[in-house]
Amino acid sequence: MAETINNIFKTLLLVKLFIRELKKERRKIFLTIAGIAWGTLTIILLLSFGQGLTTQMLRGQKGLGDNIVILYGGQTSIEYKGLPQGRRIRLMEEDCDLLKNSIPEIDRIAGEYDAWGITYKYGETVVNERVRGVSSVGYEDMRSQFPQPGGRFLNENDMLARRRVIFMGCDLKKKLMGDVDAVGKTVLLNNIPFTVVGVMQKKMQMGMYGGPDAEAAVMPASTFRGIFSDVYVDRIIYQVNDIDKSKYVNQQVRRVLARKYRYHPDDNNALNYWDVIEGSKQTRKAFTGITIFLGVIGAMTLIIASIGVANIMYITVKKRTREIGIKRAIGAKRSLIKIQFIIEALLIDLTGGFIGGAVAYTIIRLVESIPQDNADFGKNMAMQILSNPEFSWTIAISTCVILGLVGLLSGFFPARKAAAIDPIKALHYE
Amino acid sequence: MIKMENIRKVYNTGKVEVEALRNVDLHVKRGDFLTVIGPSGSGKSTLMNIMGCLDKPTSGNYALNGLNIKDMDDNTLSELRNKEIGFVFQNFNLLPYASTYENVEMPLLFAGVSGKIRREKVTSILNKVGLSDRMHHRPNELSGGQKQRVAIARALVNSPNIILADEPTGNLDTQSGAEIMQLFVDLWKEGNTIIMITHDPRAKEYTDNFITITDGTIQA
Ligand SMILES: Nc1ncnc2c1ncn2[C@@H]1O[C@H](COP(=O)(O)OP(=O)(O)OP(=O)(O)O)[C@@H](O)[C@H]1O
Ligand SMILES: [Mg+2]
Repeated sequence: MAETINNIFKTLLLVKLFIRELKKERRKIFLTIAGIAWGTLTIILLLSFGQGLTTQMLRGQKGLGDNIVILYGGQTSIEYKGLPQGRRIRLMEEDCDLLKNSIPEIDRIAGEYDAWGITYKYGETVVNERVRGVSSVGYEDMRSQFPQPGGRFLNENDMLARRRVIFMGCDLKKKLMGDVDAVGKTVLLNNIPFTVVGVMQKKMQMGMYGGPDAEAAVMPASTFRGIFSDVYVDRIIYQVNDIDKSKYVNQQVRRVLARKYRYHPDDNNALNYWDVIEGSKQTRKAFTGITIFLGVIGAMTLIIASIGVANIMYITVKKRTREIGIKRAIGAKRSLIKIQFIIEALLIDLTGGFIGGAVAYTIIRLVESIPQDNADFGKNMAMQILSNPEFSWTIAISTCVILGLVGLLSGFFPARKAAAIDPIKALHYE
Repeated sequence: MIKMENIRKVYNTGKVEVEALRNVDLHVKRGDFLTVIGPSGSGKSTLMNIMGCLDKPTSGNYALNGLNIKDMDDNTLSELRNKEIGFVFQNFNLLPYASTYENVEMPLLFAGVSGKIRREKVTSILNKVGLSDRMHHRPNELSGGQKQRVAIARALVNSPNIILADEPTGNLDTQSGAEIMQLFVDLWKEGNTIIMITHDPRAKEYTDNFITITDGTIQA
């Protein structure tokens, strides 16, 4: 080891000679370095865009909700205790308390009521849209519906006092009220006056039911029931404290509700789930797969380029046979000759790598600087996915490791050949 | 210093075996100036290469400073070439991309000598061979005689025990040949041990210690 370090040190003193010699092979060296630069560029860009893609997809999924499961009633498929199959199961707001009290893994839970075709009126403007009643304050975190500055989400008191207040989606607010500050203003819903308490921040939302949150409004469930007299909720949303437990919690939910609604505890159709947690796990897995695939393609490009380096190293070994003989005659050990050629290969390799890395970095920065609207995900999806490359230390380090390995590999065999040259024959080589 | 007993060297080129040396016995003492003469192809360079630890004999014993080179591995032989032996070749064998200074510095680099001492040694040895004003020239910017001075400086820089020169004046004109020969004589007078292959008759003016090789054997 000490010997190797010593040799590397000695070789570095010889590097200037090597560079002088390489100048004679300018065109060949230039092409080789360009090959490595291209390989490096490819690998970094593929990994960065792959990484950006993954992040965008995950962020888009978070727009629907942060680690939530959406629960719908279903239809029984098994006869149970004299009750026929095909019976409809419909969920109620009180089920939220039941589930929360029986299953400690549930962090937050809320029921949702939908009403369609509501006439929103502000001044002379009329818009027909949905409205939702929600039963709990944790809802804003579960569904990533955060208020713009100056406003707030529905609170506990709104719920308890059945206040006529709404929290509006940003697009709905814009359609109805334009640019005015909505908070505190009165809006008519089917001619009933409501006070706007907040407007939702823009968000990227890929998964949705009914439509994007930005185009609807929410009011307290208590207020909703008072107006529309709904008995059943359209769905229940819950957030699990440990994302790895979502499957287990879903099972528990089915069991708990089976007792109440008297369906077979193993009846898979009595309830319907939309497990967003499972979904993001799958997405993450799929995109990890894609990233690895892209990385492998990049690495292949680099390996092919490294064959070019190995080739040029073989040529220089042959051309420099005499030089090797001279060095051996005046006392260079085999190991020194070997390390010299390996370092020379690494030098070519790292020069190419550095150029490729710099170009890749510039491209990523340029693409990042293109102005874009990340919230309106639907509008320009392809552009948004592509225009968000992410360069990370992981990518930088793995590229360096691959480059180093490739350099060692392309230097090793020519170097071994150089070290094996018989000094006497080398001295007579023309 | 050099003790050879019954050295034989056979080259195997395909099916033909060439016996380049046979029954060679040779003793060289510290401070000797030995010249080797003989016709072309007689085995002079082969003998020189073995003495210089560039090559190993097919059979026989060769002891350098009392150590048998048969038992040495490649690394030890490299060290011997680096520190104990100084080579000077007919065709100079300088590194074309290196300056005078860098060519002379190289053996010190291999020996792991520190930068400061390297600078001192290279400068003083170049001074001695009269090349102080050619330090940053490349070999192709030097005359034959100057190139050979660089090679001699390189051979001397690690203060070796023996200087081996294989026809050092063979590629030089009469004038520079004489100068190089004078340089070797001066080195010898300073106490260096020199073994030189030469066709130059003037060598006999300085030393009567010579051997003649014909057909791979030393003539009595
Ligand atoms: N590497 C080798 N492989 C095969 N045969 C060789 C090799 N080196 C030398 N020989 C042969 O060995 C014999 C001695 O060669 P050597 O080079 O020692 O002669 P020399 O006395 O130095 O001749 P010259 O005065 O021309 O330099 C020659 O017949 C030569 O062809
Ligand atoms: Mg010869």
